[in-house]
Amino acid sequence: MPSPFIIDRSSVTQIMAWVLVALLPGIAVYVWLFGPGILITLSLATVTALVAEAAMLKARGYPAKPFLADLSAIVTAWLLALCLPSLAPWWLIITGTLFAIVVAKHLYGGLGQNIFNPAMVGYAVLIVSFPVQMTQWAGPLELTLIEPGAVQLSLAQSAAVIFGGDLPKATLDAITMATPLDVLRTGLHQQLTVDEVMTQPIFGHYGGIGFEWLAAAFLLGGLLLWALRIISWQVPLAFLAGIWLTAGFLHFFDAGRFGAPWFHLFSPSVMLCAFFIATDPVSGATTPRGKLVFGLGAGFLTMVIRTWGGFPDGVAFAILLMNLCVPLIDQYTQPKIYGAARKEPRA
Amino acid sequence: MSRELFKFKGGIHPPGHKAESTGRLVHPAPLPKKLVIPLRQHIGNPARPVVNVGERVLKGQLIAAADGAISAAVHASSSGIVSAIGPACVPHISGLPDECITIETDGRDEWIAHGPLDYQALAPADLLARLRDMGLAGLGGAVFPSAVKLDPGAALVCPTLIINGGECEPWITCDDMLMRTQADAILQGVAIMRHLLGSSEILIGIEDNKPEAIAAMQAAAAKLDFAVETVSLPTRYPGGGAKQMIETLTGKQVPSGKLSTDIGIQVFNVGTAHALARAVHHGEPLISRLVTVTGHVLRAQNVEVLIGTPFDTLIQLAGDRDGTTGVLMGGPMMGLPIPDTSVPVVKATNCILVKSAELFPPPPKALPCIRCTRCADACPAELQPQELFRFAKSDDFGRAQEYHLFDCIECGCCSYVCPSHIPLVDFYRYAKSEIWARERDKRAADLARERHEFRLFRQEREKTEKAEKLAAKAQAKRAELAAAPTDASSSGASEADAKKALIAAALARAQAKKAETTPQNTDNLSPDTQHEIAEIEARRAKIREQARKPLESEETP
Ligand code: SF4
Ligand code: SF4
Repeated sequence: MPSPFIIDRSSVTQIMAWVLVALLPGIAVYVWLFGPGILITLSLATVTALVAEAAMLKARGYPAKPFLADLSAIVTAWLLALCLPSLAPWWLIITGTLFAIVVAKHLYGGLGQNIFNPAMVGYAVLIVSFPVQMTQWAGPLELTLIEPGAVQLSLAQSAAVIFGGDLPKATLDAITMATPLDVLRTGLHQQLTVDEVMTQPIFGHYGGIGFEWLAAAFLLGGLLLWALRIISWQVPLAFLAGIWLTAGFLHFFDAGRFGAPWFHLFSPSVMLCAFFIATDPVSGATTPRGKLVFGLGAGFLTMVIRTWGGFPDGVAFAILLMNLCVPLIDQYTQPKIYGAARKEPRA
Repeated sequence: MSRELFKFKGGIHPPGHKAESTGRLVHPAPLPKKLVIPLRQHIGNPARPVVNVGERVLKGQLIAAADGAISAAVHASSSGIVSAIGPACVPHISGLPDECITIETDGRDEWIAHGPLDYQALAPADLLARLRDMGLAGLGGAVFPSAVKLDPGAALVCPTLIINGGECEPWITCDDMLMRTQADAILQGVAIMRHLLGSSEILIGIEDNKPEAIAAMQAAAAKLDFAVETVSLPTRYPGGGAKQMIETLTGKQVPSGKLSTDIGIQVFNVGTAHALARAVHHGEPLISRLVTVTGHVLRAQNVEVLIGTPFDTLIQLAGDRDGTTGVLMGGPMMGLPIPDTSVPVVKATNCILVKSAELFPPPPKALPCIRCTRCADACPAELQPQELFRFAKSDDFGRAQEYHLFDCIECGCCSYVCPSHIPLVDFYRYAKSEIWARERDKRAADLARERHEFRLFRQEREKTEKAEKLAAKAQAKRAELAAAPTDASSSGASEADAKKALIAAALARAQAKKAETTPQNTDNLSPDTQHEIAEIEARRAKIREQARKPLESEETP
């Protein structure tokens, strides 16, 4: 065996484990806000992902153990679960996870080979196929406290909803609520101005009430990953800048028709995407400048889809579109190598 | 330190393991019974033997002379009888045996007559020739003949001289110990370098994990009558690489494909400076060096070793242990596995590192690349190792070269950090050797075609010449016949001759015509061939340039 003869202790497993750890604050806040139902969603997605991964590895003739131990399937499962509405039915969770692992990951060649972010593929498939079920959000705690008749579901109640099959519409309406993004969207469709919509109780200081706490928790986990150098600063910063600049431009242009940049920035899906999804190394750009382009582009597209697209949130499609551009971005952003002609010596 | 330091990109912080071998005093290794001295211990042409089997040689006697401009002489490390001249096992990447001179030592260690050189009185060219004949070569690992590097060439001076005491590879401490114990001698060597290169700025770069060495060098430098700045550098592998040290100290990068002297900087290892001082002030050729023997041994230490001493003698000296899993020459990052420990210590041997399963556990199984770009962040050549890996793995050598495969210095930082534990450097070595092999085959094919075309050209030319000669002869004959048409005495034989000549002339004309209608090789071929030869030359130059790349990173870390 030739040199080098020593290696660092880091491993893929370790990286993935830290990503899972960094998601914990977000999950904790999620439980506090929307009740323990998310734990069922997470477990169901995890089990589905592991079974699908093991089956696919076996089918493709790979040893299951080292690849299952890399934890990447669990990361995909958790990211998808956190994007799904809190009261998504069981079959929705399983379908999405299967699509993510079987199609987006293994049919593209498995770990490291997938062009598209698996969790986002799962999400996109679901939102296109089952738009109604994809809006089954429970109301956040703060809202259930002030809204008459609203309650937070217990674990058993959540399980009943998730596994209960199709609920009568009246029951569903009683326990689900539109997300802040949906409310804004509907309001704008009804020719209300942003300011008028924002007076509704679901809006908090920056984002949706409660939702902004979730966003903050994802931000915290993301900062942990950055501090551990598991993610680079380029992608999250560029993504958030892309959101902020696009939203800011639109808001400046017509504050009545476009939400404030802070509102868009402090949504959980944006924070989750900035630090956990856009930063997926496999399907993202690799060069430092390429990462900036990737992040900015994804942020811009997210805002465009949010504003003009047919779906309430544009994160998943923005990421998938940018995934497509990665080879091109990488090719045109190759950095200068040591000793290449430079304008002046670098300090 | 007031000096502003710059930061080279990339690099890693592997555990140093330096303390293991710095606790014992440096002492000479015992004289072995047999010395095996390779003729090719430096970069360039192997030395030419000048002794015969059975001959008695003295310590320091020239046994093989430098051959050509880039070469260095080889000397007997001790007195004894030459017992063999021929292939023997040597520590080399190829693993192939190489020409060596074997000496059965007589235990007397008898020196040949030698004495100091008055280097200031000698003409630089003479001094350089003497140094070449003293076998001086860089002791940092790349073993480039020192005389070549000490010649400032057309530039006449090399303004900046950097003495490399970086020693950034883990485990190795021979430069550290040399600086601690031989600071004055090192600086004597520096004075000679300064004399030859005309340098005005002299910097000694030492990583800050060697405080004793820094203190010793500073104290010694204070006694000099010219300014030498000892600079403490942050410890970061490969900070002792020549290019990295240049950047840290000066902020300049050696342009890709050029030498550091092109930007007015020359770099020497501290060991080389020490050897230079021994050669000039004592007349001792390069026959010994400091070697760190460390790792899985009982008494890790630094020893003064005669070139040609077998590895296993030194491992026994340091106390070999059970559970050895292999031996390296050099450090764990760039060292060379040595399957046969009977190989001799050569000028490039800075360290003998004995491995064990605890110290060097085998790497876990490699996973696919997850494109995390940790390798790119760690690469001091500022490459995109993950892309090089992708291209090398799919045999896409063209793309690999486009992505600057040949700027890779094989430092191993990328493999070190890769969370998927991919042996990246192996892939780069493979790609490089494949490309070299293909270039070589192509060159061979080009040469063959060139030869073939030249043969065609020659045949064609000969044919034309013959035809022309025949035509001229026939013309003459006809003229002769015309001049004497009525010569009745012309014999039948001569008539027959004339007929033959006429036929021959007709044939010749036809042939000449044919030669004319076939492509005019005579005129066109020669520029074509010339062009092709030029092309071949250009390719060769490129290959040579590529081959120079490793030379350029002179003192390896
Ligand atoms: S460090 Fe390894 S896994 Fe990461 S990009 Fe480089 S080669 Fe791929
Ligand atoms: S071995 Fe080559 S590619 Fe890897 S870090 Fe060193 S220079 Fe870069």
